[in-house]
Amino acid sequence: MNSEILGISIIFLATVLLAFPLGKYMGKVYEGDKTLWDKLFNPFDKQLYRLSGIDPSRPMNWKQHLTALLTINLVWFLVSMFVLMNMGWLPLNPDANPGMSADLAFNTTVSFVSNTNLQHYSGETGVSYLGQLVLMLFQFISAGAGMAIAAVVMNAMKERTTEKLGNFYFYFVRSCTRILLPLSLVLALIFLFNGMPMTFKGKDQFISLQGDTVQVSRGPAAAMVAIKQLGTNGGGFFGANSAHPFENPNYFTNIVENIAIILIPIAFVFALGYVLKRRRFAWMVFAVMTIGFLLLLIPSVHDEMKGNIAIAKLGIAQPLGSMEGKEVRFGSAASAFWGITTTCTSNGSVNAMHDSFTPLTGMFAMLGMMINSFYGGVGVGFLNFYVFIIIAVFISGLMVGRTPELLGKKIEAKEMKIAAIIALLHPFLILAGTALSSYIYSRNPAVYTAWLNNPGHHGFSEMLYEYTSSSANNGSGFEGLGDGTPYWNITCGVVMLLARFLPIIGPVAIAGILAGKKYVPESAGTLKTDTGTFGIMVFAVIFIIAALSFFPALSLGPIAEYFGMK
Amino acid sequence: MNTDQNKLFESSLVKEALKQSFVKLNPAILFRNPVMFTVEIGTAIMVAVCIWIATGEQSQGSLTYNLIITSILLITLLFANFAEAIAEARGKAQADSLRKTREETPAKQVVLGEIFVNEIKIVPSSQLRKGDIFVCEAGDIIPMDGEIIEGLATIDESAITGESAPVIREAGGDKSSVTGGTKVLSDAIKVRVTTEPGESFLDKMIALVEGASRQKTPNEIALTILLAGFTLVFIIVCVTLKPFGDFANTPITIAAFISLFVCLIPTTIGGLLSAIGIAGMDRALRANVITKSGKAVETAGDIDTLLLDKTGTITIGNRKATHFWPANNVEDALFVEACALSSLADQTPEGKSIVELANLNVNSLHTHGASFIEFTAETRSSGIDLPDGTKIRKGAFDAIKKMVTQAGNAFPDETAQRVTVISSNGGTPLVVSKNNRVMGVIELQDIIKPNIHERFERLRKMGVKTVMVTGDNPLTAKFIADKAGVDDFIAEAKPEDKMNYIKKEQQGGKLVAMMGDGTNDAPALAQADVGVAMNSGTQAAKEAGNMVDLDNDPTKLIEIVEIGKQLLMTRGTLTTFSIANDVAKYFAIVPALFIASVPALQGMNIMKLHSPESAILSAIIFNAIIIPLLIPLALKGVAYKPIGASALLRRNLLIYGLGGVIVPFIGIKLIDLVVSIWF
Repeated sequence: MNSEILGISIIFLATVLLAFPLGKYMGKVYEGDKTLWDKLFNPFDKQLYRLSGIDPSRPMNWKQHLTALLTINLVWFLVSMFVLMNMGWLPLNPDANPGMSADLAFNTTVSFVSNTNLQHYSGETGVSYLGQLVLMLFQFISAGAGMAIAAVVMNAMKERTTEKLGNFYFYFVRSCTRILLPLSLVLALIFLFNGMPMTFKGKDQFISLQGDTVQVSRGPAAAMVAIKQLGTNGGGFFGANSAHPFENPNYFTNIVENIAIILIPIAFVFALGYVLKRRRFAWMVFAVMTIGFLLLLIPSVHDEMKGNIAIAKLGIAQPLGSMEGKEVRFGSAASAFWGITTTCTSNGSVNAMHDSFTPLTGMFAMLGMMINSFYGGVGVGFLNFYVFIIIAVFISGLMVGRTPELLGKKIEAKEMKIAAIIALLHPFLILAGTALSSYIYSRNPAVYTAWLNNPGHHGFSEMLYEYTSSSANNGSGFEGLGDGTPYWNITCGVVMLLARFLPIIGPVAIAGILAGKKYVPESAGTLKTDTGTFGIMVFAVIFIIAALSFFPALSLGPIAEYFGMK
Repeated sequence: MNTDQNKLFESSLVKEALKQSFVKLNPAILFRNPVMFTVEIGTAIMVAVCIWIATGEQSQGSLTYNLIITSILLITLLFANFAEAIAEARGKAQADSLRKTREETPAKQVVLGEIFVNEIKIVPSSQLRKGDIFVCEAGDIIPMDGEIIEGLATIDESAITGESAPVIREAGGDKSSVTGGTKVLSDAIKVRVTTEPGESFLDKMIALVEGASRQKTPNEIALTILLAGFTLVFIIVCVTLKPFGDFANTPITIAAFISLFVCLIPTTIGGLLSAIGIAGMDRALRANVITKSGKAVETAGDIDTLLLDKTGTITIGNRKATHFWPANNVEDALFVEACALSSLADQTPEGKSIVELANLNVNSLHTHGASFIEFTAETRSSGIDLPDGTKIRKGAFDAIKKMVTQAGNAFPDETAQRVTVISSNGGTPLVVSKNNRVMGVIELQDIIKPNIHERFERLRKMGVKTVMVTGDNPLTAKFIADKAGVDDFIAEAKPEDKMNYIKKEQQGGKLVAMMGDGTNDAPALAQADVGVAMNSGTQAAKEAGNMVDLDNDPTKLIEIVEIGKQLLMTRGTLTTFSIANDVAKYFAIVPALFIASVPALQGMNIMKLHSPESAILSAIIFNAIIIPLLIPLALKGVAYKPIGASALLRRNLLIYGLGGVIVPFIGIKLIDLVVSIWF
């Protein structure tokens, strides 16, 4: 077998094999069941609770959960705004980087609080080490918050009638201390040994063979890269993200980092099976997600390895595939694999320039974010999927002649209303943002030439990608876009903010309302949600709602570009 | 009954429906249906565009083309309205045919007279009000719905039920209701009117069908929300396409925008949704069930537990005496005589069957001066006291046993054993005693209805649990329950047992349906999620339930459950079909929008449609004609097959999901072949 294909197959198989035990462990962590590590973590957690005056056993209803989540996010927002705007004079700034402008600080803060990590700045010059550390902290807590709130939904899905859905801080602290922190430690150590920098010293310099003095940025990168990959964050230490040799030194670290991208999102599905005690249901979810993922992945890898059609037309052989914007040490297959995993999971770290992908790979990367639930971000990916399940259950429940019910709870008008709003929010944000930008640009192309590196269809893709990435809380970019302006900072910031919190509030509300309902026992007439047929239904709903809504837009972007090159 | 009830499009109905299709274009009416309302807005915009072009605008394509698009949109609306109107018309026609039976008839009202206290006055039936009293004698048509307060009569109810065998209705008891339009065949009854004119269940149902008072059911509301959600998504898709087009220097005509929008929104299900709901009530009515709300039909599809009375539902009518089993030291003839004597005054079918089986000359029995002891709930026995002081009693095993042992006599073992044997064979033992000594036992047997086992099997596959309710002892009940194939039974049931059982099931989250007729059934009927009262039942029972069965047929519950399931399934499958259609429509219209300025996108025109105009026209023509094509399905309902939920989903997903993807590809291509002659 082709060694490049072998490489990516190893990544995927290793991830699933690791995700299985990890998922079970995560399930135990959220259920409060005994694990091997309790002796180590219990005293630590206890101290945290004591310090912050929290009683982790006090149960909350779904509204209290949301209040807790939104409140701590507001606090983080304020802290981050302060640090980013004032880091010029704050400590830990050996390279004397300046503070950010208000609009850039807003964009960056929202981007990190919302687990997006869209970066309209470059790490080397844009932030101090204190800024990096604060952003790193946010990579933990935004991931932890997403996982905690998904744990609330899992808890609510269990078959019983209750208002009490556990304690938010309990889930939150455990997500951070028992899942993210230990895994990050392991990863960071692996990275360290592979040569990633981990220092608070300022820029280094060396004299090149030509005799020039070259300044080299460094910093506490290994720690940040670990959580960046694990928490579906994607906010790189350096501007070039994981394409930078200090952020992803070799093929091995590339494998490890790529596993880290999809590990927790996949493990979350298995955790769901453990918490609900419905392993078949979890397998159904896993199968739908995996099939969707593979449908995006396979043509992308194929296209990248085949090379660029336009270059082939010139009669130039491309034995390595399409290598524009890719690192030679990773190759085209591993770059395409990373590209699809990072967009499917709302991670957004990159090891190649997505702008340079062949048109269809660019489209599949966008589709991964448009669907945003083939694995999806840690915790929140499942929440997105949950909304699709609700819609699929509703339609297929009717098809078997019963008022639709999910895991014994009837789905009625109120839940449907929330699900419909959340389902249309994502297309709305992406299309409205892109439409606004297209409108502004096409009114006055001369004024806004700096926005787009490429005119025509590819330029359109750049804008579409930016809003897709913002709305999917992904954070990667078609970097041809000149996005460091107040317009892009603010519109993307607003999109990220809405796209982060509304799709959390919606599913939590649905799950909370359903949890309070009477449990209807299963009978032969009940729709089984753990079957292949239902999986097909969910897939169809995702395909028609999430993917097809973007069909006209994609036609004008990557599809037109593809047919144009042909 | 309507003989041609299966004919979907009767010409008179179609005429009325066509008229209504135009009336329903009124935006104030159409506003209730968000999907079709947006189509109406689109049509209005297109009318404006046509006027604009007529006044000289050049950028929007030819006037003919725009006029055609406008008229197809209008036709789409009319088709959707027609679907609703024809469903209404059919429902109304069905109800009218029932109502026809209660046209003006002379009524013999009992009034406070001048000479006598009660005088009979002939008045038109329309003048009768609630609480009025009238009399009916043999040959009279009963003028109004009412409750018999005096007398007993045989009544021909064929006008309503289609059943020619006359039925007996009498004052007191559970069969005291009479229906307007039915005919008294013998005897005379005095009846109190129970409803004001225009407020009978039938009138209420007609109002429900006609739309004025039709409320959307919870499930209909939820589905409408989902469809509105889809509509909003496609509004976003189409509106944002304008700046996208501007960016790509691709002018898109308003006609193309609106066509894309109308094709993408779920017009098929949007147009048929209310017709499906009305058709559900209509199908119930065709099964001779009057529903008091659309919700009741919908709930019926969700029923988890069915409470069925044994008698009449599971067994044919009544038990019959099949055997006399005297005690050891009792002579056969003496025992048979005692049995016959004890049952002489017993007018129940069981009592009569005992006399029949005894086959004695009734006149040879010396009953002159004897007094008959009626059955009461306390003694649970009946019998006769002969003039010579002999007391013969017949009753349930434990009742007689109590009586006998209280008098200090032993209960013979062989009879006790026989009682057990009879019970466990599904029979009912009646023990006969003479002067507090046991003489023997009469065996009564139930006859289970043919095919009932299959029907319960069908219900089980639907996921419905059946519960038999009977006054029999547990052993008998169990035998019949096993033989008939019900899942559970309530033996020696008292009215409150039903109520408790329903409450218990409901606490477990289940939905319960039951049928009843008596006043003491009323609380349980009200408690049940679907309570079907028999039309012959008391007014209290009819008020308490949410459906009334005109046929008084206890097996009707099974049909009602299927009608409910069909209703939900029809909604689900047509929604799936409607949404699946979008795949093909995207592939028809999206390339058509852009091909002019981005010729490369010709590669996306996988159906190889002739031109952008023909592609758009074909898509919206397909979108319009699919509505009337599916009207028969919406009205008849998707066939329900009890094959289990997963298999059902697989089947419907294959037919309506996959079919919904493929059919429009074929349909649009075929229409394009025709349309391409002109465009």
